[in-house]
Amino acid sequence: MKKLLVVLFAAVLLASCNSGSSDKKSENKKSKSVSITAAGATFPLPFYNLAFKNYTKKTGILLTYGGIGSGGGIRSLKDKIVDFGATDAFLNAKKEADMPGEIVHIPTCIGAVVIAYNLPEVKGLKLSNQNLEDIFMGKITKWNDKKLQESNQDINLPDMDITVVHRSDGSGTTYIFSDFMSKISDAWKTEVGKGKSLKWPVGLGAKGNPGVAGTIKQTVGTVGYIGSEFAFAQKIPFAQVENSTGKFILPNLESISASAQGEIPADTKVMLTNSSDPNAYPISGFTWLILYKEQSYDNRSKAQAEETIKFLSWIIEKDAQALAQQVNYAPLPEKTVAQAMKILSDMVYDGEAILK
Amino acid sequence: MWNSEKITKTLLFLASLIIVLITSGMVLSLMNGAIPVFKEFGINFIFSAEWNPTEGREDYGALSFIAGTLITSVIAIFICFPLAFSTSLFVGEYYRGTRLAKIVGTMVDMLAGIPSIVYGLWGFYVLRPLIVDLGFNSQGFGIFTAGIILAIMIIPYATSISTEIIKMVPNNLKEAAYSLGATRKDVILSVIIPNARSGIFTSYILAFGRALGETMAVTMLIGNTNLIPKSIFDTGNTMASVIANQFGEADGLKLSALIAIGLLLFVITGLINGVGKLLIKARL
Repeated sequence: MKKLLVVLFAAVLLASCNSGSSDKKSENKKSKSVSITAAGATFPLPFYNLAFKNYTKKTGILLTYGGIGSGGGIRSLKDKIVDFGATDAFLNAKKEADMPGEIVHIPTCIGAVVIAYNLPEVKGLKLSNQNLEDIFMGKITKWNDKKLQESNQDINLPDMDITVVHRSDGSGTTYIFSDFMSKISDAWKTEVGKGKSLKWPVGLGAKGNPGVAGTIKQTVGTVGYIGSEFAFAQKIPFAQVENSTGKFILPNLESISASAQGEIPADTKVMLTNSSDPNAYPISGFTWLILYKEQSYDNRSKAQAEETIKFLSWIIEKDAQALAQQVNYAPLPEKTVAQAMKILSDMVYDGEAILK
Repeated sequence: MWNSEKITKTLLFLASLIIVLITSGMVLSLMNGAIPVFKEFGINFIFSAEWNPTEGREDYGALSFIAGTLITSVIAIFICFPLAFSTSLFVGEYYRGTRLAKIVGTMVDMLAGIPSIVYGLWGFYVLRPLIVDLGFNSQGFGIFTAGIILAIMIIPYATSISTEIIKMVPNNLKEAAYSLGATRKDVILSVIIPNARSGIFTSYILAFGRALGETMAVTMLIGNTNLIPKSIFDTGNTMASVIANQFGEADGLKLSALIAIGLLLFVITGLINGVGKLLIKARL
């Protein structure tokens, strides 16, 4: 069944590539044999859709992106049916060992997870780390609970049941949220843990960011987490969250960007949650594109490898990063761009560096 | 050589063979996919309500989903029965052949043609606020809400088959009853129902089977909480709904667990149809 799906998916991709590149052939002879396919995370989908379209317009190279989820992206790369995959959670050592070749991670932008709520009379809700643990673990069940009122002294919270809304499908958004929760709460770490889907102590599930956002918008008394790009575009009210320095921070592109100001390891494999920067919004994270370091496999042409790397070095540079901001993702800080460039310059084809 | 008789026979045989192959192929691939999870948890997979997909503490059990599926479907059948049964008597007996019966019959059939997602949307925007206003629970999602939507969705299946069965009750039996001075009610209770009983029963078995597997509308309304519901107003999850929600990011043991749930759903649907057939035989 799985194989069949993969074959079907590959067939669809192939079919779509072929028809597309033949359209372009007349106007752009150089790239007629190269088209790039990728698949994976849905969290950065709006950015990738926009960036891929712009790149195709600019260079004539056809790019296809399938938003099939991080897990699907990793599987597709493993089966070598895409040029690169996309994921919101970096591959751990065990998952990397499962792959048939050495994998590199290229961060493309920074996203965040906001805590959205629906309380008609309330504006500017503040949530401390303790509040988040209590709400999402079901220890507080009323909005006017003393503990919540303490963090929001200037607001009159209603006497109303709290309904927690979470994702019912597996998601990188859940991963980032649960990674943050594990960092701020020992109880969460031992009882729930982190992952793309969880054993939720409380609340109801809805599918995708649209599902969670729709449920929150339609139901008074709800609270839940949503990808920031979606929340910003939909203008849903969201809370200020206490960061590691005790400050309450409203998520916006600056505060999300600030979360990557600290030390980033050379392979960029780091979760940005609970950043030590005093201005950082604490529930933020990179999203990555992943590919094989040795680009010569499965009869891939050198041109294919070169075009793939060219595209990746474009997506981390200024033009593409400006596109990311248009669709509400925070751009990579300059030093991370430099780190990503370093990784790209180490990529090889038959052992020889691809970028010169 | 190849006369038309032989060609027809071969074509029919091939067509049926393909159906048999597809069905057995599906069962086999489901069984194959379910092996890892049954190896890991054994028969406990069916009786455990634990569902923990977190890496490092994976633990899967199907009970909460089995419970959710059965409870929503039973609620649906209970709500569906009085409506569907009265409608089928209305269309098939009382107003049989009239313009009004035709309109009602067409309306009921139209219900069957509405896509599941539209039922879900209607439930989300109309039914759910109603449940909140009535004070059953604070957010409107849950087993009961899903059951109501399911009931509406299965009404056409139960109604149209029952109607046909009721229409098939021989006229001379009814006429005989009338000539003995029976009222319409007497005819229904002592002629139509005893005669059409097994057919009507089958229509509800079919409707129940349909409710078991319904996915989209249920997943939008049930709340997707992977626990055994504590009351019918609590949130829960069904087998079809958890598969639809979680297979996208699933791999390894979790994927196997989802496939095993698919297999169980297949088995449960098969069992209920089988039991239904046995009951019909026993009563006749």
